[in-house]
Amino acid sequence: MIFEAMLFYLFATVTVGAALGVVFSRNPVHSVMFLVLTFFNSAILWLMAEAEFLAIVLVLVYVGAVMVLFLFVIMMLEVNVEAVKRGLTRYAPLAIAIALIMVIELIQLIWLRSRDVQISSSFAPTPEGYDNTKALGAVLYTEHVYAFEIAAVILLLAIVAAITLTMRKRPGLKVQDIGKQVAVRAKDRIRIVKMDAEKKQ
Amino acid sequence: MIGLHHYLTLSAMLFVLSIAGIIINRRNLILLLMCIELMLLAVNFNFIAFSRYLGDETGQVFVFFILTVAAAEAAIGLAILVVLFRTRRSIDVQELNRMKG
Repeated sequence: MIFEAMLFYLFATVTVGAALGVVFSRNPVHSVMFLVLTFFNSAILWLMAEAEFLAIVLVLVYVGAVMVLFLFVIMMLEVNVEAVKRGLTRYAPLAIAIALIMVIELIQLIWLRSRDVQISSSFAPTPEGYDNTKALGAVLYTEHVYAFEIAAVILLLAIVAAITLTMRKRPGLKVQDIGKQVAVRAKDRIRIVKMDAEKKQ
Repeated sequence: MIGLHHYLTLSAMLFVLSIAGIIINRRNLILLLMCIELMLLAVNFNFIAFSRYLGDETGQVFVFFILTVAAAEAAIGLAILVVLFRTRRSIDVQELNRMKG
């Protein structure tokens, strides 16, 4: 138990530290790398909470796809780091004040108020032979199957929206027009000219 | 003993950090998108902790759908960002005042 608590505190500290890095680092590429670290540590913490499937999905989908997308866009945009740096500190005191107030309120709510309710905070042990992926699938494909279908439609929508937003017509591009090619007839292309045979001089 | 309270506290810290990040990074749209991802992660932490605490998988189903929608949102957001950069040559939030009346 002590070992588990130590692991939790270690990974939680790294998570919060990496989140600080996301917010306060000057270079967007460093921010993305810190965000990857945050997601990895969150996945480990989810594993410790016995949500194994979602931990793997977090690493695969988020780190593997979304963060790589962020990196691609950042490298494509070549944002001027110096220009970004200038306005950083203007709102910093306000942000830190709001953050401190909110975190004090939330921790007070979580730790002090729940003491009055007298509930046991610790997680109940899962039954023997419990399979998180199987349990999740059993709920996902029966009770929540309509939501699952809607999620598929939303992903399709994202594909269509992203492609239509970023596609651009380039002028002067040489492309085939299949319809015109099929509709072409021989008499449009070839002109047969009748003429007399040449005489030998 | 690690329990619900620890996870909720960690989630609260992540959420507050992401709010601070949104307020601080008013100049870079990519950082704003990343802070939104961080905020969604904090919400997912809450869902997972309560799902484990109550022994109910529905919370994890919610996390699954939040991950799906967040991936779609990131894709569309970055596409808009690319189009914006193409037309304005800048992704500074402060300069996006073309549409004011």
